[in-house]
Amino acid sequence: MLELKGVTVTFDGTRAVDAVDLSVKDGDVLAVLGPSGCGKSTLLRAVAGLEPLVDGSIAWEGQDLAGTPTHRRGFALMFQDGQLFDHLTVARNVGYAQRLRGLSRAAVRAEVDDLLTLVGLEGYADRLPRTLSGGERQRVALARSLAARPRLLLLDEPLSALDAGLRGRLATDLRRILTESGTTALMVTHDQAEAFAVADRLAVMRAGKIVQEGATTQVWGAPVDGDTALFLGYSRVLEGAAAAALLDLAGAPVPPGAAVAVRSSAVQVGPGDGRGGVVRDFQLTPDGSRVVVAVDGVGDLAGVGAPGWAPVPGDVAAVRVDRRGLAVIPDAQAHR
Amino acid sequence: MTPTAGTGRKLAFALLAAVPVAVFAVFFVLPVGAMLERGLWPEGGFDPGAVGEVLQRPRTGRVLWFTVWTSTVATTIAVLLGVPAAYVLHRLRFRGRGLVRAALLVPFVLPTVVVGLAVRELISTSGPLGFLGLDGSPVAILIGLVFFNVAVVIRTVGVAWEGLDRRPGEAAAALGASPWQVFRTVTFPALRPAIVSAASVVFLFCATAFGVVLVLGGVRYSSVETEIYLLTADLLDLPAAAALSLVQMVAVVVLLVVVGRLRAVPDPTVRRSVAAPARPQWRDAPAIGVTVLTLLAVALPVLTLVVASFRSDGAWTLDFYRALEGSGDGLLQVSVTDALVASLRIAVDATWMSLSLGLAVAFVVTRRTRTRTGRRMRTVLDGFFMLPLGVSAVTLGFGFLIALDEPPLDLRSSPLLVPIAQALVALPLVVRTLVPVLAGIDDRQRQAAASLGAGPLRALRTVDLAVIWRPLLASAGFAFAVSLGEFGATSFIVRPAEPTLPVAIYRLLSHPGALNYGTAMAASVVLAAVTAAVILVVERLRVPGTGAW
Repeated sequence: MLELKGVTVTFDGTRAVDAVDLSVKDGDVLAVLGPSGCGKSTLLRAVAGLEPLVDGSIAWEGQDLAGTPTHRRGFALMFQDGQLFDHLTVARNVGYAQRLRGLSRAAVRAEVDDLLTLVGLEGYADRLPRTLSGGERQRVALARSLAARPRLLLLDEPLSALDAGLRGRLATDLRRILTESGTTALMVTHDQAEAFAVADRLAVMRAGKIVQEGATTQVWGAPVDGDTALFLGYSRVLEGAAAAALLDLAGAPVPPGAAVAVRSSAVQVGPGDGRGGVVRDFQLTPDGSRVVVAVDGVGDLAGVGAPGWAPVPGDVAAVRVDRRGLAVIPDAQAHR
Repeated sequence: MTPTAGTGRKLAFALLAAVPVAVFAVFFVLPVGAMLERGLWPEGGFDPGAVGEVLQRPRTGRVLWFTVWTSTVATTIAVLLGVPAAYVLHRLRFRGRGLVRAALLVPFVLPTVVVGLAVRELISTSGPLGFLGLDGSPVAILIGLVFFNVAVVIRTVGVAWEGLDRRPGEAAAALGASPWQVFRTVTFPALRPAIVSAASVVFLFCATAFGVVLVLGGVRYSSVETEIYLLTADLLDLPAAAALSLVQMVAVVVLLVVVGRLRAVPDPTVRRSVAAPARPQWRDAPAIGVTVLTLLAVALPVLTLVVASFRSDGAWTLDFYRALEGSGDGLLQVSVTDALVASLRIAVDATWMSLSLGLAVAFVVTRRTRTRTGRRMRTVLDGFFMLPLGVSAVTLGFGFLIALDEPPLDLRSSPLLVPIAQALVALPLVVRTLVPVLAGIDDRQRQAAASLGAGPLRALRTVDLAVIWRPLLASAGFAFAVSLGEFGATSFIVRPAEPTLPVAIYRLLSHPGALNYGTAMAASVVLAAVTAAVILVVERLRVPGTGAW
């Protein structure tokens, strides 16, 4: 179990990581989610022993790691761009950690083959890193990290450098591989979909501080404040009368003074004249359509258009709001 | 783009290539060729027998062996000292780093005669290291060679190290590699091209070292270079000198080719990211120790020389500096200060010459070509202009004397002869400084400029000039310093009535007398101070991560 207490890292006086408390239980995958520049990569490097702490402690199984250099921590770090050793073949990259431990050539080879199979790269052993695609390079980097049999795997935006389609597929693979190998992992990312697909638990980081932590679905469904909600993919945060009107539209009870975050997937817009609004904008998207609709008492809402429906701005529309796509933020000081 | 514009650009490039090639042909190929002709065609007919006969002399064998082993040992020591120092000076952060860097760079540009004299003063029986009894031993020459060349290793490897991405090493550490394992498996493979090229350049410099060996070797130890000098200037045995020049040239070409192969790594593209230097830690102690040792080894001879130049008969004195106004009892025909002025004037000429040639060469060899022949031409040209690195400066100087002595090329009395020779000696350095910078410019920058409406000249100004002006100034400094210290070629072609300062120093040295010796030391200190000042200015101009030999 990894335990961070009051971890603080400064750069020229700026607190890049500010008194962070976190813990990762054995076998868990924790994702630290935050916008770029929030200090999450620095936090990861501090755990790896690559950045000195000015305050706080990092402990593994209750043992403080302050005096332990990177190579003795047993935490493998997988970089955003893989950082494969370009002068070594794929097999030698993957077998790097075992060769350091002085394993026999045959043993290394066997394990390398197993790992390459695990990440779906059979037959790539003798290729040079520069001849691989971005996705293949990240798979090799993952295999190389796993080969070190790390007590904890540190993942620095492991999929961010990849294109969207590949990212989706690789995220699923990553989740499977981590679960199958029972690896404890700490991942940092700015991509909420990536975090959602891979992690059991989520910590949201902003300006060097952890603002919310919990099980992925719980954080997902109940963001602690407006900024977090927007960062987690909610399209709008409404307050006051607008919030009440929206909750009313969804048929949910209205707690006093609450703010409401709404996902565009929860707003279903179709033809008709029921409780509705006026179409402002309409766009086809690869998997459907996106409609912006002006709803009385609420304002503009982004939503999903009914299949096959192609309105023009000004059309009257029926709007249905699914309460499962809403999050009530009890904090009255929620921001937009 | 109209076809005319394309043709015009090709013509401009052909002209740009033609000028240095022509200069090089007249002032390098012709003299060196004439020298070889004397050896291989002694009586007008081709007679390689003379060369064979020379090579079979036992003395020749001794000279060759001496050159090879001293160069090998000196290169090894320079690399062993230079690599840790490169790490300390380019990856660690501490107070006075710039000053130490500059101090360690100074020996490389110190005139070879001064280096020889400083080392001799250090180990002479009355010097600080006299108790070691090294005076007159080959160790003296090794010290001189290492002193002179450790800067090359520090600079070349340091620049490569500075630009090395930190993260692969961090990735290795996170996989469980100890600092030493990180160095062995990640850092060293990335540095290998730089180390190989530094070692090969140092080996070349050692094998063709002239002034250091001449001053320290006396009559007992001779390298190929000093032997060529002895054979031409004292014994007038031209066939033998030509034979040795030929051997030297062949060896240099072979070495350059082999090094080219060694340097070719499977994937030459380098990810450059100048890493912020780190604070020193305990594990850096050995490297810091080596650096301090190197610094001492470099400072000690210089300090000894400076002190000795102020001391006569056990008392402090300025006599030797006052003697600079004189002409060493008529030995020099002019005063030492006049020699300094002549040196400075010649250095200015040599600088603009080697800069214009070097700039033209650098532009030509970094020009993007799409054809195979184009690329091959570029490689050949690139190697061609490196030749002065390996061709004996003595051969060049003597070649000037015998090739440029009759119309239409009777230049013996031309005041431009000495600067031209020195410019050619400095040329490889200038080219090596400029080529990596120009080659490092992403061609898409020029394309972007062109697509925004910039003509070729305008694009050149916007993109190339913006990047190259600092390295250009830096190489001007180097060329100036090299010219100030050049001795091998100059000693042949300089007119006796107008000696340069290094030539004057050597003349003073080769005549007995305490005043002559002291004056030589004072003159050396002045020459070293001027060159060091130039280099300190250059060091301030240096662009991080660029400009290496």
